[in-house]
Amino acid sequence: MRRRTFLLGAVATAGGVMIGYRSWSGSFERAARSQVEGPGEHLLAGWIKIGADDIVTVQVPHIDMGQGVHTALAMMAAEELDADWSKVRTERAPGEKTFANRFLARGWIMQNRAVPAFADGITDMVFTEAARFIDLQITGGSTAVRFTGRAGMRIVGAAARGMLVEAAARRWNVPGVRLAARDGVVTDPATGRSARFGELAEEAAQLSVPANPRLKEPREWRIVGTSPTRFDIPAKTDGSFAYGIDLALPGMVHAAIRVAPVHGERLLRVDTGPAEAMTGVERVLPLDHGVAVVAKSWWQANEAMLALEPEFSTEGQMVLSQADLEQRQDQALGSEGSSAHAQGDADAALETASAERIVEAVYRVPYLHHAAMEPINATAQFADGVLTLWAGEQDALGAKALLVELSGLGADNVIVRGLPAGGSFGRRIAPSADYLRRLVPIALAMSPRPVKLILSREEEFTHGAYRPALATRVRAALGENGLPTAWSQRFLAAPTRNEAFVLPYAIENQSLRSIDFATHVHTGTWRAVAHTQHAFWTESFVDELAHAADRDPFVYRRDMLPEGSRQRRVLETAAERASWGTPLPAGTGRGIALHECYGTWVAEVIEASLGEDGGPRVHRVVAAVDCGGLVHPDTALQQVEGGIIMGLSAALREKITLEDGRIVQTNFHDYDVFKLEDTPKIEVHFLESDAPWGGLGEPALPPVAPALANALFAATGRRIRRLPIADALAETA
Amino acid sequence: MASMTLRVNGEAIDVELDPAKPLLWVLREELGLTGTKYGCGVAACGACTIHLDGRAVRSCILPADAAEGAEITTIEAVSGGAAGVAGQLAQQAWIEMQVPQCGYCQSGMIMAVAALLGENPNPSDDEIDAAVTNICRCGTYPRIRKAVHAVARHMETAS
Ligand code: FES
Ligand code: FES
Repeated sequence: MRRRTFLLGAVATAGGVMIGYRSWSGSFERAARSQVEGPGEHLLAGWIKIGADDIVTVQVPHIDMGQGVHTALAMMAAEELDADWSKVRTERAPGEKTFANRFLARGWIMQNRAVPAFADGITDMVFTEAARFIDLQITGGSTAVRFTGRAGMRIVGAAARGMLVEAAARRWNVPGVRLAARDGVVTDPATGRSARFGELAEEAAQLSVPANPRLKEPREWRIVGTSPTRFDIPAKTDGSFAYGIDLALPGMVHAAIRVAPVHGERLLRVDTGPAEAMTGVERVLPLDHGVAVVAKSWWQANEAMLALEPEFSTEGQMVLSQADLEQRQDQALGSEGSSAHAQGDADAALETASAERIVEAVYRVPYLHHAAMEPINATAQFADGVLTLWAGEQDALGAKALLVELSGLGADNVIVRGLPAGGSFGRRIAPSADYLRRLVPIALAMSPRPVKLILSREEEFTHGAYRPALATRVRAALGENGLPTAWSQRFLAAPTRNEAFVLPYAIENQSLRSIDFATHVHTGTWRAVAHTQHAFWTESFVDELAHAADRDPFVYRRDMLPEGSRQRRVLETAAERASWGTPLPAGTGRGIALHECYGTWVAEVIEASLGEDGGPRVHRVVAAVDCGGLVHPDTALQQVEGGIIMGLSAALREKITLEDGRIVQTNFHDYDVFKLEDTPKIEVHFLESDAPWGGLGEPALPPVAPALANALFAATGRRIRRLPIADALAETA
Repeated sequence: MASMTLRVNGEAIDVELDPAKPLLWVLREELGLTGTKYGCGVAACGACTIHLDGRAVRSCILPADAAEGAEITTIEAVSGGAAGVAGQLAQQAWIEMQVPQCGYCQSGMIMAVAALLGENPNPSDDEIDAAVTNICRCGTYPRIRKAVHAVARHMETAS
């Protein structure tokens, strides 16, 4: 680790010291001052505030979307601080560049390698994709605990502890090394004297920040690795937890919108009269791509919207139907694309292999919708030259950048206030946040009143940021022992970062080529992003190879993994816990899949069969997970359970389809997601390793589809090469 | 516009509104009871579940005038009164078992579960499946099932 990137610095202010990162000192100073609320409160090390009342407030640069991030990050800071857990609180850090999540940026850009010198100046890089991540307070990519926590929170906590201990040492005029800190109290074992953190905070703030605070060894942890009640849970059981949709501001009006059903098309004309005549309606606003109704209440706005009959253009290059989509995919698969990975000479190996040693297949995945339970909403106000946004955006700074662009205002005149989101799964990330593009002109028109925009569930379903519908063609040659000697794959890819195609197996000759593919349909990042399709493709095809070689699919995989590796241990654990190889009732099959995602290895074994109605039934899911270490084991378990359930739901039934270029699905009645009755038995086994900590919100999802498809193959002999599985089975029935 | 009296969480409230306005939006927009959530608007998700005379009802398709005269209970008051035992125990079990993730569906879940347990203090898994058809996109279902059984055990020992 290069110390320079973590350099802690101090700036003198009236009555104390603010601590931050020296390379940001100018703007840090301003933002830090505005964050220190009272004379008894001191901001230590950027993200920790300690009050005279002993309350330790940890500022978390991520929104709450349900992954328990606030609690986990506070635990990591409190651990190093030796805080009294009952006095720890969290607060969402403001969406200001100063609080940009540098640790996160590091992880994203460099995949755990050191930040290169060019990335040290955070402002002059706005033109590269990497720079977008530098300016990021993103809650996604399973980043929170990995980067913010591991790199940031712990160092900040340790630094603050060092300062409190040093303050006590000076007060008592003893060497700091002989003092101990525990549960928010510094004690001197030699004299029995003690002082609470709150009593020491002011003196600590006079000290300089330790440049190189010592971090605890895992065996010294007392908070990390336990499962205290998450901060957010009580309020989520009595209706008092406030999401973006619950925000109430004085003078606020409410907006509903209808946007061209074919993405990208424009509003041609609309007769605003019928809506204007309705009770509560304040304004009907034609927009570039749609129309907005602003009313005293959202229900009135939406009712009035339903009275309108806007006409939209139909000029673009739209994909009309599913058949059309597949044709375009096939066409694209015929092009060369660019090399994503190459080793050996896969094409030569395939050319010389005899035809009966070659296996080939085409796989497809559909568009998927996030369908978070809180409908998309955001509130904005333009008053006194300042545009303020209140929203559950995963990337507060990205949202801010988008608002600057849309409003033409300077960055100093745009404020983003993060609010908790009722799920997001990758949906609420600028630039996928097209709803912000609609909201800004409405807020400008309604100035100075705040406007809350809620997308009706129908509008939200038809204007999502879908997981792209993509396809792949893959060929492999099997050697004498049945293991593949060559793997040649072309896959369609959306223009997002993709590291998901990497094969976990030792295969000598590989050629993986990526072909850009886009349609008029708006796509974005869906939980685990490109991993969702690549895990399905890779792990289904490996299964096909195992069967072509007449080998057991578990043993076949294991034999291609390095002995003693994390991936092999994970695969073996899942197989063992699922009693791989033992008999199952007739008609039931087991499938296995392995995948790495954001530093975490997951293997899953699924048991499934076909029910009497011919539909698939999932009986049991066994998962083995190696994410390095665990901060809050219960939250970790919950994330894995949730990922598996979303994965099952998507694999079995979910699809967004097109008709005349429009999205067909409009609500939960025709986008069938998992319910309680669908949920099978799920068993999760965590394996600890000394690997860098990986993510947890996403990695359990990608192996689900292939493990399930492989299980159904084992049960029925029918190979599933397209999702959702229910459709694939209906087609081949 | 019509004036009517609604009985909400034990209180009689006079309101002046469009009688077709769904109860969900009356609660959220007129009465400030935002614990009841909008999820789909078409009775497909359960986020808006409330109690109408103790029964679980999806308020997004219930016109306000259809709720006149009935006792309306929302998540904010589910633990209150004699009928609140199941609601209160459910809330406790939800905290103990750390059920919520994002939490957005959980008001509706707790309302559905409290109504079920009010009628049937020891439901089987099939009965739980049949009564709790709410959607949780975060996938908290395994914990919801466990929590319902835990409440049922509590209710048994309490009675
Ligand atoms: S909002 Fe009423 S059931 Fe979905
Ligand atoms: S906890 Fe998020 S939808 Fe249920």
